[in-house]
Amino acid sequence: MANYSFQLNGRAVTVDSWDPAQPLLYVLRNTLGLHGPKFGCGLAQCGACTVLLDGKAVRSCVTPVRQVARHAVTTLEGLGTPEKPDPIQAAFIAEQAAQCGYCTNGMVMATKSLLNQTPHPTLDQVKQGLAGNLCRCGTHTRILSAVMRVAKA
Amino acid sequence: MATIASISRRDLLQKGSGLIVSFALGGAFARPVAAQTGVAADVGKPLDPRQVDSFLMFHSDGSMTIYTSKVDVGTGLRIAVRQMAAEELGMPVERIAFVEGDTALTPDHGGTGGSTGIPRGGVEIRQAAATARQALLELASNRLGRPASELTLVNGEARPTAGGPGVGIGALIGGRRLSLAVDRQAPLRDPRSYAVVGKPLPRPDVPGKCTGQHVYLQDFSVAGMLHGRVIRPPALGASLQSVDESSIRAIPDVRVVRIGNFLAVVAPDEWAAVRAARELKATWSEWQGLPRSNDMERQLRAAAIAREETLVDRGDPARAMPSAAKQLSATYCWPFQSHGSLGPSCAIADVRADGATVWSASQGSHGLRSVLARTFGIPQEKLRVIYMDGAGSYGTNGTDDVAADALLISKTVGRPVRVQWMRADEHGWDPKGPPQLLDLRAGIDFEGRILAWETQMWLPVAVPGTRPLVAADAAGITQPRGQNAGQISQNADPPYAAANLRVVTHWLKEVPLRLSNLRAPGKIANVFAVESFTDEIASAAGVDALAFRVRGLSDPRALDVLKRAAEMIGWQARPSPNPQSVEGNRLAGRGLAYVRYKQAENYVAMAMEVAVDRATGEVRVERVTCAHDCGLVINPDSLRNQIEGNILQTLSRALHEEVKFDRSQVTSVDWASYPILRFPEAPKVEVALLDHPSLPPLGAGEASAAPVAAALANAIFDATGVRLRTVPFIAERVKAMLTRA
Repeated sequence: MANYSFQLNGRAVTVDSWDPAQPLLYVLRNTLGLHGPKFGCGLAQCGACTVLLDGKAVRSCVTPVRQVARHAVTTLEGLGTPEKPDPIQAAFIAEQAAQCGYCTNGMVMATKSLLNQTPHPTLDQVKQGLAGNLCRCGTHTRILSAVMRVAKA
Repeated sequence: MATIASISRRDLLQKGSGLIVSFALGGAFARPVAAQTGVAADVGKPLDPRQVDSFLMFHSDGSMTIYTSKVDVGTGLRIAVRQMAAEELGMPVERIAFVEGDTALTPDHGGTGGSTGIPRGGVEIRQAAATARQALLELASNRLGRPASELTLVNGEARPTAGGPGVGIGALIGGRRLSLAVDRQAPLRDPRSYAVVGKPLPRPDVPGKCTGQHVYLQDFSVAGMLHGRVIRPPALGASLQSVDESSIRAIPDVRVVRIGNFLAVVAPDEWAAVRAARELKATWSEWQGLPRSNDMERQLRAAAIAREETLVDRGDPARAMPSAAKQLSATYCWPFQSHGSLGPSCAIADVRADGATVWSASQGSHGLRSVLARTFGIPQEKLRVIYMDGAGSYGTNGTDDVAADALLISKTVGRPVRVQWMRADEHGWDPKGPPQLLDLRAGIDFEGRILAWETQMWLPVAVPGTRPLVAADAAGITQPRGQNAGQISQNADPPYAAANLRVVTHWLKEVPLRLSNLRAPGKIANVFAVESFTDEIASAAGVDALAFRVRGLSDPRALDVLKRAAEMIGWQARPSPNPQSVEGNRLAGRGLAYVRYKQAENYVAMAMEVAVDRATGEVRVERVTCAHDCGLVINPDSLRNQIEGNILQTLSRALHEEVKFDRSQVTSVDWASYPILRFPEAPKVEVALLDHPSLPPLGAGEASAAPVAAALANAIFDATGVRLRTVPFIAERVKAMLTRA
């Protein structure tokens, strides 16, 4: 089994995998016990599995583990906790911007990536920025309010 | 009870059963509830829904646990029901834990569906709490030496209404049972004194959901668990002919499970199971037993009829019709749709010699238990189903089927097994929302009043028995072949005055795909037809759509919601279509629709502003206003969240969604072939809640979905002069209609 070392939420980790093509999602969830990123489609179509790779949103369901070696991965857990949420998480909580919450990981991480590049986006930029993330419960308007709350801060 | 009793509290704590973990991490509700309530001790607690102790357990530290078969599924039920109980018991909501959908712990007062969470679940728990309140006041009366009538429950203690020292609820009863039947007559608190009900309290699960700490079923694991994946045939009725296990030799520790046509792989590593399922070479027989999904209208019209049912028969429409000044008729069609859960269905099953446990996101743990028990020959008392949150299901998605998959594999391999469906499994194999066809006919008088109205519908009949499980069918296990998509024939009659009215259902024997309840079953399509046709009549009579409806209604609550929704959108009275809609290629219009849900529940009115691109046929919903009356409002913020969700999800269904299939299988199996609404399409949504504190609370998980498609179609007609009668309103269809017009 090959080893892969990378930064995970600011810590150095080394994992082994029998398959270098194993998607990062399974490594995060099953080897490292981080359940923020979710399996939604395995096809990079929905965004539920989104993590940051060197600060940019990627779909961990189609990102082979070997590709993240020596890079920095950030998951939802790396942003904050219920007691100490990061500003995006705090805004989602304040707006109660979740129903089932299965997509929330992707929404928060895609927002983080968007704000990394465009700290004060317009509503239209936010809509475009989240266009690749699907929400089935129809929480779109609240998610947009949450993101705009941070974008305007 | 061997299995259930053998699950110790330590097991549960280690396994992190949902009820424990979600509360331990629930932010404001962070309390080590399991340690306090003693989950193992709870096993054996009363389950009879006639008993207070079945719903409520008081602990000596002053906290309390609510037990209910109604589950949250992201709706906010777990805060709303707490609020209802807290109000009656004068207990801070933070001190209340909530155990959902565990067949060993929760009384069975129905599954979660049909918007019954609050009006049945919440109301029954409120009545149990009101009963407990009386008993607690009596106990306090003895303790404090004052008549119960001079005492009240507030902030977790019984104290004199006039002031003075009190006694905590924990000290009165904590750790002991009340042993009381729920008293239907126990007085409820006066709504005018409500301190908790009606407040927009935040949901306890949201902080965990936003930080990756909320433990979903999909995140849960038990010791020794294997990961399973099922290999579905390339055609619904295909038989498995051969399997070449050497094709997955390179993947570590995989075991193939084959039972008849049921083919699965299990492995300790989830990715190994996923790859093995993908790469395992199997040969299947050919099967082409499906019709194609195109031309659903013709298929439904030609399908075999099980029986005819006249639902409404008033006056004599056939006789009145010829005397009408004008007659209209139109046909409306709704396609098969998928629940489209964002997270594919998941289950964990642990089948042992002495019983079995299944962890599931099912909206009905008890119902699932009885289906699984019967199908797999496990005595019901030896099967425990434990609910955990999954992705939103909006009815019965693949959850029952994946539970059967996991159970069958676990039973075969003798280990706990987790199965999560892949995307194509969920889209391809979840039981679907039904296709619906409606023919409407109306005759109006010279003033545009409805003289006669006739609805004829073609709908799949409910067949007694449970829905066949995919795994059991594949494995050759005999099972019932029921068919049921919920109460799909409601709201097919107009709510407006019509002297002669007839509603007939042609119940169809069968349709090509398995069915289940999908949010607001049947009502969305029926209201789409009825409320679109109402606009057709208004337009034919040259009457403004709002004025036409107001004239036909007398119920003040109906008029209130209609006027409010119209006011919020800035309704300009005029007949449709909009004479000034054009601005370049952009055609603008507005429409509205009204429903009294199930003709007996919520009043909802909805108005919309849309823009249609004449060149592309693309429909853009710009603004939606909704006035919503569900009686007493328990939690206005959770309620708004549900209403907003209903609106956005149903816009998605009306604009984009249709299950497609060829002669062999469903072909819309991912988000590219089954697209849903995306952020750039999200309109501005404004919701007004018309609260009636003195009335009973109604559910809100469905009602505001019902008028969405009609309001949308009416707005599109206003913008374009083109009437869309077939869902979905995809750009190609709209463009073709515009070209033809």
